Amino acid sequence: MAKKIPQINASSMADISFLLLIFFLVTTSMDVNKGLARRLPPPPQNQPNQEKLDLKIKKRNLMIVKINSHNQLMVNGEIMEVSRLKDEVKKFILNKENNPNLPEVVEDEFDFGGTVGQKKVKYTKDHVISVQNDVDTKYETYLDVQNELVRAYNEIRDESASYYYHVKHFNDLSESQQKVIQKIYPQKISEAEPKNYN
Amino acid sequence: MAKIRRNEKREMPALNTSSLPDIIFMLLFFFMSVTSMKEVTYKVDLSTEKMPKVTELTKLEKKSLVRYIYVGKPKQEFTKMFGSDTRIQLDDQFAEVSEIESYIVNERAAMESAAEKNPSLKGQSQKLQVSIKADKETHMGVITEIKQALRRAYALKISYAATQRNEL
Repeated sequence: MAKKIPQINASSMADISFLLLIFFLVTTSMDVNKGLARRLPPPPQNQPNQEKLDLKIKKRNLMIVKINSHNQLMVNGEIMEVSRLKDEVKKFILNKENNPNLPEVVEDEFDFGGTVGQKKVKYTKDHVISVQNDVDTKYETYLDVQNELVRAYNEIRDESASYYYHVKHFNDLSESQQKVIQKIYPQKISEAEPKNYN
Repeated sequence: MAKIRRNEKREMPALNTSSLPDIIFMLLFFFMSVTSMKEVTYKVDLSTEKMPKVTELTKLEKKSLVRYIYVGKPKQEFTKMFGSDTRIQLDDQFAEVSEIESYIVNERAAMESAAEKNPSLKGQSQKLQVSIKADKETHMGVITEIKQALRRAYALKISYAATQRNEL
């Protein structure tokens, strides 16, 4: 006769898992590791060269964003609210109307791959956005400005992704497709070397 | 004909709790998967409301590649010793800006020696990323100094830690 296996008493299982659950509940911090990703320029090798480089950039290709110690914004000599910055930056980068005061527009051929193939693209190759801040500028304002600049680039990339590849977002593209668009619209945000006031 | 019983005492059936462990386990697994133990105990005050808010967030890459620099005012219990000026914290200790460069160099060397034992980790030290977690009230002077130090240490991939903001 087959022996009957006694049933395992599982009533304490709930208690044990409750204990574990409470432990994880307490230790959880939902720490999201997110942030605004940026890339720093390599350290300056020799100072004089840097200054020469700055002078080389034509005035129309340069957008200077200054933030003062009272967290006020000045873009190319014009006082501006942060909320307007993104649209101004987009206008500056794209220069759709070929305005002589905005960066030079050049035409180049890019290989979009796949069904799109080679296409000519008008874009502002040499534009540079330069951010200068004061020692007493608040970190929050600085990040707000950086955020708006990155947002302008992201929107432009999204727009060209939908124009050339008919997808809604830049992030939906394949890696090689992303590279093409990054090549047309690289993030050209430069940060001024901090000045010494002594 | 249906009988209507009145005076008989009806017993409440026992509640079936056999599915309770399953439910609890499900919750348990959820919390296990989202849990991320804090990297260090903060000595500077970086509560959620002190973090800056931005819209264009990107997720950090692999955790093992990220090093953190905390910037903020010392917590209440440390103000006696360290004052209430903005301070920098590396790992578990308060640090000076001058220490950042050697910290990054050391971390990179540690990653490289780990790669010698484990070839699959090779080249990781090049991908080192630094996350700056700073109080939004911090003055840019400190942040700029940190950035300069990071540049000197060739830690060029940085990320400003922030939380999500929903439109202006």
